[in-house]
Amino acid sequence: MSGESHDSGEYHDSAVRPYVLTQGRARPTRNTIGLDTLLVVADAGKPLSPSATRQSRDLLRMCARLLSLAEAAAHLRLPLSVAGILASDLVDSGHLIARSRIPEAGRPDLTTLQEVLNGLRRLS
Amino acid sequence: MGSAGSADRYLPDTVQQAVKILVVGDFGVGKTTMIGAVSEIEPLRTEETMTQASVGVDDLAGLGSKTTTTVAMDFGRITLSPYTALYLFGTPGQRRFWDLWAGLGEGAVGALVLVDTRRIEGSFEVIDQLELRGDLPFAVAVNHFPDSADHSPQALREALDLEPGTPIVNCDARSRSSSVDALITLVEHALALQKGPS
Repeated sequence: MSGESHDSGEYHDSAVRPYVLTQGRARPTRNTIGLDTLLVVADAGKPLSPSATRQSRDLLRMCARLLSLAEAAAHLRLPLSVAGILASDLVDSGHLIARSRIPEAGRPDLTTLQEVLNGLRRLS
Repeated sequence: MGSAGSADRYLPDTVQQAVKILVVGDFGVGKTTMIGAVSEIEPLRTEETMTQASVGVDDLAGLGSKTTTTVAMDFGRITLSPYTALYLFGTPGQRRFWDLWAGLGEGAVGALVLVDTRRIEGSFEVIDQLELRGDLPFAVAVNHFPDSADHSPQALREALDLEPGTPIVNCDARSRSSSVDALITLVEHALALQKGPS
């Protein structure tokens, strides 16, 4: 497992734990948010709590229109796990809407798979 | 609408569901190349953290036996229809990252395993692990590098000791159409598995 010098840049080890940004939490309040969950602002006019962190404000602003959690995290340079926890809070507080996601541990149903196949065939 | 860049960034508001495919393989095997070839957005990089026991790694004196590893994953997007978006996540294949797969694989269509024939041994473990898990449909795509020797799919199937039902295709990860064809092979396989034996 050692001697992977060609890997440099694709991962790094850090002593700084990301839960500093999430007030000590390692898991989101809901387990339905994944990297492919689509997020969009629920009510653009609804103000955030004055105590909201910069990261939460940035995330809400980033999701002004429809975007996946992974994209929002990448644009904001937030670790996925951190972005997931913050997004989960914003869904709980009614600031963000999470669009439906494939059920946990399940596979996409036949209709969805057929739609993916048709979509890819249109590209080829 | 803002600048063209930020207009392209977002999905059409009609999109109701996202699906994902994992592109699995060792570093340097062509995951990001393939994702870049088919993605409608510039591939993005996101980071996931894994906390793992640092077996075989020097313990930080007195700081405990765990390290937090940050894994970078490149990903891309294809809006397949007004209703559905597909995300492709480049996922490292080495054993030390397998814990990541549990979360990433949830709800995924399946995994496309990219293989480099110049170092095929890097693929054995990944394929074994996917066969062992049994819950994630996968297909093997052999990425053709300019200095790759020509191997027939049948010879590679034997070399990789693939189960008879697992599809294997040749591809050029730099080519959009070739990469799309490899993805089609995977989705056809996932669909056949979902339908069950006919």
